[in-house]
Amino acid sequence: MAKQNIELIVNGDRYEVAVEPNRMLVDVLREDLGLTGTKIGCAQGDCGACTVIMDGVSISSCLTLAVEAHQRDLTTIEGLATSPQELHPIQESFVQHGAVQCGYCTPGMVMSAKHLLDNNPKPSEQEIRQGLSGNLCRCTGYNKIVEAIGAAAGKMASSAKEG
Amino acid sequence: MAMPEFQVHQPKTVEDVLDLLGRHRSSVKLLCGGTDLLIKMRAGAQTPEHLVSLNRVAGLKTISYAGGDGLVIGGAARISQVGKTAEVRRLYPGLAHACSVMATVQIRNMGTVAGNLVNAAPSADTAAPLLAYGASLVAVERGGRRQIKLVDFFTGPGLTVLEPGEMVEAIRVPDVSPRSGSCYLRLSARSKVDIAAVGVAGFLNLDLEGKVIRCRLALGSVAPTPLRCPEAEQILEGQTPDEKLIAQAAAACVRASRPIDDLRATAAYRRAMVQVLAQRVLTQSLDMAKGGTP
Ligand SMILES: Cc1cc2nc3c(=O)[nH]c(=O)nc-3n(C[C@H](O)[C@H](O)[C@H](O)COP(=O)(O)OP(=O)(O)OC[C@H]3O[C@@H](n4cnc5c(N)ncnc54)[C@H](O)[C@@H]3O)c2cc1C
Ligand code: FES
Ligand code: FES
Repeated sequence: MAKQNIELIVNGDRYEVAVEPNRMLVDVLREDLGLTGTKIGCAQGDCGACTVIMDGVSISSCLTLAVEAHQRDLTTIEGLATSPQELHPIQESFVQHGAVQCGYCTPGMVMSAKHLLDNNPKPSEQEIRQGLSGNLCRCTGYNKIVEAIGAAAGKMASSAKEG
Repeated sequence: MAMPEFQVHQPKTVEDVLDLLGRHRSSVKLLCGGTDLLIKMRAGAQTPEHLVSLNRVAGLKTISYAGGDGLVIGGAARISQVGKTAEVRRLYPGLAHACSVMATVQIRNMGTVAGNLVNAAPSADTAAPLLAYGASLVAVERGGRRQIKLVDFFTGPGLTVLEPGEMVEAIRVPDVSPRSGSCYLRLSARSKVDIAAVGVAGFLNLDLEGKVIRCRLALGSVAPTPLRCPEAEQILEGQTPDEKLIAQAAAACVRASRPIDDLRATAAYRRAMVQVLAQRVLTQSLDMAKGGTP
């Protein structure tokens, strides 16, 4: 199968890669770019472990052909922290609220939370739960994740006011 | 299972899409969100050698509304965008509801209404509300364009009247007149992420005296295809609906259904729920048509 040259823009960095047209974005992110924060759970759109943001909306990278991401703007979990010392407020809140157990679902959960708060900075508990409808967690029972996102929303709103 | 091999084409115009469909006629599929197609391909159920992506075609994601003309949903418009459009929420609440609760956030951001219809699952969530609103598809092929009424579109599970060289350029939904009300309700075993076990959509338009001028009712997940319920519609048209008439129309919806037992629900449960949901859908549509809040 002839490879296709594509340009991926991930977390502001440009990558030129040659990929087979049948490869999924999640595999290219993990195997070719070494960005292994994005996980694969089900590989069929059910679990959300592979969630990334493309052109401003959350998508399942296990159901997206890498060639379809050519020159699109991508954000993965590696792109959230502002510096190696400082986590993104959503990540910080997950740590503080004990919202991480095995951690396998966490990158996808955080990306879905980011998509939610980007579109709805003050979600109700119900809206947070709906925003996570595409993310499965086998460990936490969800409550701590929901609390963490609610707290992160509050913090981000007050620091936006100050700033 | 490993993904089969194929080539991906990313045309920028509808003309190029149609050329590619013609050139690779023997083994080609259109690709939008891929949320149905890529899963089928990975399972080996479909093995096209060529995929023609609609995601870079100019203008195909547009959603527009104009009074008198109604709503036009582009052939690559995302489900989440349709669900967020102000006019869809105000005038076509049944469609807005389907587009806000089906599948998951990510799948709604990727999947399209056109893909949902062409995939033709009996449970396709946008089908019942679009049938209730009297929608049509605009299908284009090289040298031709035709309008297909959605009620004539589905021929079986996964089957439609669309020809291999055709693509859906847009979905057209007629404008809604004053004193109209509509609603879509769905039930599924595992909240919304699971596909619907039963879905009922309704549309009512009343005259100044409160008589029904036009009624459309549609069901999902209870037959090999999404379907309309003409007998139930005729029970209501020309009448002033009350509780008894609504129960009769709902019973006619149950008669129109041909449900099966499967892992999501039994046929008997589905029949019982068609009765309940049809009554709720008609009651809410009537309240909305009368100007009350649903
Ligand atoms: C986890 C998950 C949950 C889901 N839940 C639901 C649910 O609750 N309810 C529901 O109804 N569906 C559900 N689906 C199914 C699917 O997401 C929808 O049917 C979606 O609308 C398909 O759109 P798409 O753009 O992804 O289609 P694609 O997969 O890109 O295409 C589907 C078919 O339509 C054809 N096609 C696409 N666009 C056009 C066009 N413009 N003209 C002609 N042919 C075209 C393709 O060739 C293909 O045959 C779910 C899927 C997943 C993975
Ligand atoms: S790995 Fe993509 S949704 Fe599960
Ligand atoms: S923390 Fe283990 S799956 Fe969510």
